[in-house]
Amino acid sequence: MSISANPVLDVRDLDISYSHGDERSTVVHGVSFTVEPGEVVALVGESGSGKTSTAQAVIGLLAGNGRIERGSIHLNGEEISRWSARRLRSIRGAVVSLVPQDPGSSLNPVLTIGAQVREILEIHGRLDRREADRKVIELLTNVGLSEPELRARQYPHELSGGMKQRVLIAIAIALRPALIIADEPTSALDVTVQRRILDLIDDLRREYGTSVLLVTHDLGVAADRSDKIIVLQGGRIQEQGKTADVLASPQSAYTRKLLSDAPSLAAAKPRPPLKPGRPTALTVSNLVQDFTLPTGRNFRAVDGISFSVARGTTHAVVGESGSGKTTTIRSIAGFQKPTSGEIRIGDLDVASLRAEALRQFRRKVQLVYQNPWASLDPRQTVQAIVEEPMLNFDSLPRTEREARVRAIIERVGLPATVLSRLPHALSGGQRQRVAIARALVLEPEVVVLDEAVSALDVTVQAQILELLAELQRDLGLTYVFVSHDLAVVRQIADTVSVLHNGRQVDYGTVDEVFSSTSTAYTRELIEAIPGRKFPHAETSRQFIKAGPLS
Amino acid sequence: MTSIDTFAHLTSTTAEASPRLGKRRGVLKTLRNFPYGLALAWLVLTLVLLWAIVPWIFTSYDPLQGTPGGQLKAPSALHLLGTDSLGRDLFARIVYGAVHSLSGAVAAVGVGLVVGSGIGLIAGSVRGRVDEVLMRLVDVLLSIPTLLLSLSIIILLGFGTLNAAIAVGATAIAGFARLMRSEVVRVRNAEFVEAAFGSGGTFGKVLWRHILPNSLTSVVAYTAVQFGWAILQISTLGFLGYGAPPPTPEWGLLIAEGRNYLATAWWLTAAPGLIVVAVVLSANRISQSIGRSAR
Repeated sequence: MSISANPVLDVRDLDISYSHGDERSTVVHGVSFTVEPGEVVALVGESGSGKTSTAQAVIGLLAGNGRIERGSIHLNGEEISRWSARRLRSIRGAVVSLVPQDPGSSLNPVLTIGAQVREILEIHGRLDRREADRKVIELLTNVGLSEPELRARQYPHELSGGMKQRVLIAIAIALRPALIIADEPTSALDVTVQRRILDLIDDLRREYGTSVLLVTHDLGVAADRSDKIIVLQGGRIQEQGKTADVLASPQSAYTRKLLSDAPSLAAAKPRPPLKPGRPTALTVSNLVQDFTLPTGRNFRAVDGISFSVARGTTHAVVGESGSGKTTTIRSIAGFQKPTSGEIRIGDLDVASLRAEALRQFRRKVQLVYQNPWASLDPRQTVQAIVEEPMLNFDSLPRTEREARVRAIIERVGLPATVLSRLPHALSGGQRQRVAIARALVLEPEVVVLDEAVSALDVTVQAQILELLAELQRDLGLTYVFVSHDLAVVRQIADTVSVLHNGRQVDYGTVDEVFSSTSTAYTRELIEAIPGRKFPHAETSRQFIKAGPLS
Repeated sequence: MTSIDTFAHLTSTTAEASPRLGKRRGVLKTLRNFPYGLALAWLVLTLVLLWAIVPWIFTSYDPLQGTPGGQLKAPSALHLLGTDSLGRDLFARIVYGAVHSLSGAVAAVGVGLVVGSGIGLIAGSVRGRVDEVLMRLVDVLLSIPTLLLSLSIIILLGFGTLNAAIAVGATAIAGFARLMRSEVVRVRNAEFVEAAFGSGGTFGKVLWRHILPNSLTSVVAYTAVQFGWAILQISTLGFLGYGAPPPTPEWGLLIAEGRNYLATAWWLTAAPGLIVVAVVLSANRISQSIGRSAR
């Protein structure tokens, strides 16, 4: 970074507001920052912190009800915050470009990859067809896609998530803009793919000297990849500075809390080692699960997985998307019959259960879903949701049921006032607590947690993990914890299975698997955990106690 | 949420906002944001409903008894919409006819709603072969032109207001079944339904507690559309002479009777026709507002 050069982006005292009916609410308050040429600046914050609104304002893509109330945005020295849509269009792609969040929905499904990359060249330039085609292949090669000629002729559905994100990056860098805005570019991707994509953005930046404004909720990613960090909370900048400085000695309490809650940055508290001789709660042996594809062929989703979980411990099932982890736990929860192999819970063989016996079996195994926005019936109150499992099994008197609901709601750390509310009036963390309460109200033996914290912000995630650990200590629960996030697994699990393409590549205690004895694939997963550059973040842990309820 | 709630919401938010904004601005805002079309739609339906319940409040004439010597009179202060060929007051006939048209429409929509959503609910939640069989039957129903289908049913059942309603309702079954099935399939794949099975729910309980309430919203909106459409269909059947027998003052029949005097007494056709149009449009507008608030 040269000091003499003017900043690529200079945002001053930016206020952004949204209108809802008659009301206007301001969501970004007096945000100021600069991005120097060739610099990566990370905008970090939780959902609702205003980081995406800020990024959208810079590229002039605020939602229809959004408005810049005050402040200025200088891009390459030109004030753009009052420009018309038409004038903004002329700089989008050429001077500033966007890498969107979800590669799955950001490409047009009915156009070939080549046509979509060519489009941006045609909008801004007067290239003839052959020249444009050559440029497209060159771009696809630059972003590291294998067989670029073939890719250019393919449609988006023929590409994996990581490849689609590479195409979007190719579109973003096509005109060599001065600034790329990357809005959570890797949140929807697996960790190993995430690392490769972030490496790619890094390489391209070095090669082209482009600045990057990286919007992310993941402090680990920000720590690894940025020169400067801006921490946002509630639309206000809590702290900004050189990444190394901010992480080494955070000034604001909020940053310290974020640092201590981020699983990838916080040092794992070692769990007490397992005492041998605990009874086994769950055994999976040689589980095989085949699915028949619409084409009539068989697809083997899970191939010979075996593990056993001792009572009162946590077993983590880790893998990337498509590794068969969800299939495995759905078999454990009795939602599908294994093709072969055996699942035993206590002395019950799950596969042998039929209709009514299967229903009775559900008392023993409960599932908590990934997405608390989808797993609660939007039309029922919290009271009705938590009460329902009891209605299915026991004919308890009403007062007894209400007392139990009250007790379990209190147990998961929610106030009794939420009982009469509908799910949409609760935050994500509160919803997940309700889902946990529903799972626990029948006092099951095994609780299966399907990515139960992945959809939550880091501080909320830390609180839910804390709650799960506490419930396990007090109630002696056995967990099967499914996750793609090895950093979380290290915190909560006793034993781990690592799945890859339906096979179990590693199995053992957390220490064994995380040590060097594991297979190359597991080591690659561990290497890919972001935030490895800054292993000292735990120094700040003692500053902060557990925060308010999510 | 219904559109009545929308009104309540509007008035309450403006009531809260007005002390801060100043009274005049609050009033202006209410005037600007007030959904006049929706209010008018409710007004039309309420009025027609009142005609059906207490017709004698609105007119002092007898709908069946003509005044000798007063045939085919043009609209005047004495006869608001004129008189027909037998000297009966047209306005009275329209007012007293509301009950026939409305009850017919309600019965028709009721048949379509109950049978259609029942079929859709079973098809969508059981799936498999049952779904295939039921939906192919629905396809067969859809492939027969509506008017032909209802005429065939009437010929089988015999003439009359109730039979006309059943005939119209039968043609609505297919639409309700299709819509209900698609909603049920959507809700059935939702995570909270699997979670309900996972917490030990039996099929029937989950169907009743989760799938049915979550799939009903768009069906309710569709019901309002169908209501307007049913009035139109029943009037069509009345016009063709398959509905209520004369001298019942059913709206479709009124239009048909007036047709003979179109050149000399156009109001005999136009007035009941406009009433039918107004009611159908009102039902559509209300259905639209239900659909919007559900989203």
